[in-house]
Amino acid sequence: MHELGITRSIVEIAERHAREQGAVRVISLTVQIGALSGVIAEAVEFAFEVCAQDSLLEGARLIIDAVPGRGRCRACGAESAMDRFTYACPHCDALALDCIQGEELRILELEVD
Amino acid sequence: MCIDCGCGPTDHHHHHHDHSHDHDHSHAQGKRTLRIEEDILAKNNRLAGNNRALFGAKGLFVLNLVSSPGSGKTSILERTLRDLAGNIAFAVLEGDQQTDQDAARIAATGVPVHQINTGAGCHLDAHMVGHGIEHFDLDALDILMIENVGNLVCPAAFDLGEDHKVAVLSVTEGEDKPIKYPNMFHAADLLLINKIDLLPYLDFDLDKCKAFARQVKPDIEILEVSCKSGAGMEGWYAWLAQGVSRKKT
Ligand SMILES: Nc1nc2c(ncn2[C@@H]2O[C@H](COP(=O)(O)OP(=O)(O)OP(=O)(O)O)[C@@H](O)[C@H]2O)c(=O)[nH]1
Ligand SMILES: [Zn+2]
Ligand SMILES: [Zn+2]
Ligand SMILES: [Zn+2]
Ligand SMILES: [Zn+2]
Repeated sequence: MHELGITRSIVEIAERHAREQGAVRVISLTVQIGALSGVIAEAVEFAFEVCAQDSLLEGARLIIDAVPGRGRCRACGAESAMDRFTYACPHCDALALDCIQGEELRILELEVD
Repeated sequence: MCIDCGCGPTDHHHHHHDHSHDHDHSHAQGKRTLRIEEDILAKNNRLAGNNRALFGAKGLFVLNLVSSPGSGKTSILERTLRDLAGNIAFAVLEGDQQTDQDAARIAATGVPVHQINTGAGCHLDAHMVGHGIEHFDLDALDILMIENVGNLVCPAAFDLGEDHKVAVLSVTEGEDKPIKYPNMFHAADLLLINKIDLLPYLDFDLDKCKAFARQVKPDIEILEVSCKSGAGMEGWYAWLAQGVSRKKT
């Protein structure tokens, strides 16, 4: 359950930015979570309300931007979906997929007041 | 000591870093969108970077041992420390949710050890390691071993500043663990398959296990060991010696 710590970081980072910009509250925040990041979006959603208590994020809407995994084959160059760490290229079977998308774990934007 | 995390020497564990001063920002700027694009693990990664720079400056080879509970991390450490005492100077950081039993086992080998209790936390992070190493004289060491909390999920996400994650998988756990917990095996550079002395009593398929591991990490190195019988341990020791000499040059 490292999502609890992750969610605390989300609140900490968002609150710091909001304060720096003189906001009095955060209305919504958009968080990008890649399918290969090792973080379960549902667990973040579950932890968010508790972590946001007594911060500028209390009552804020959490928008999760789920990023699917994608890989590019070093052998044949083809791109394919890569929703788990499986390095077999579906086009040529080589164990040579490089992950090009899906490891994101970022706060994208805040809507503040 | 801890310039970067901002905590003083006495408030190591329960500190809060948000010393907000609450200036009155009643600028009435209204509703607006702030584009921030900040990495959620940025703080951990920054502290891990500091650890890594320090380890680099000291020529210290650092391993982060990860596995499910009971795969044999502490046993492997105990045997390794006893067998290599005199050749390589070790220190061990022990991460456990509760108790210092593992640390006591390590201390019995005579190697400097420091225990980090994570409490409810299911992994070590770079901040804990940054403070943990304050207990050692890094100049006197060749290898720092960090035994992470037994957990195949969470430690994968947290860089501690180590040179390599070493995943330990014991043959009693089943050969499919690498594909069930792909993030962890993907993050590791070396896989130790432990307890091979038990293979005759199990239907664990070694080849299948290695194939699964390579599916999630094509270039992972794999060594088969038993810290009970000692089988395969020289391969592990050679791997360690190589790492030390690479780090010293
Ligand atoms: N047969 C056999 N048993 C082993 C071997 N290595 C460890 N064990 C046993 O496995 C059990 C767990 O070993 P530990 O070294 O405590 O495992 P650990 O990974 O440190 O456990 P946690 O710190 O709780 O995650 C102990 O009873 C060990 O004696 C081995 O190579 N062969
Ligand atoms: Zn966890
Ligand atoms: Zn291909
Ligand atoms: Zn600190
Ligand atoms: Zn242990």
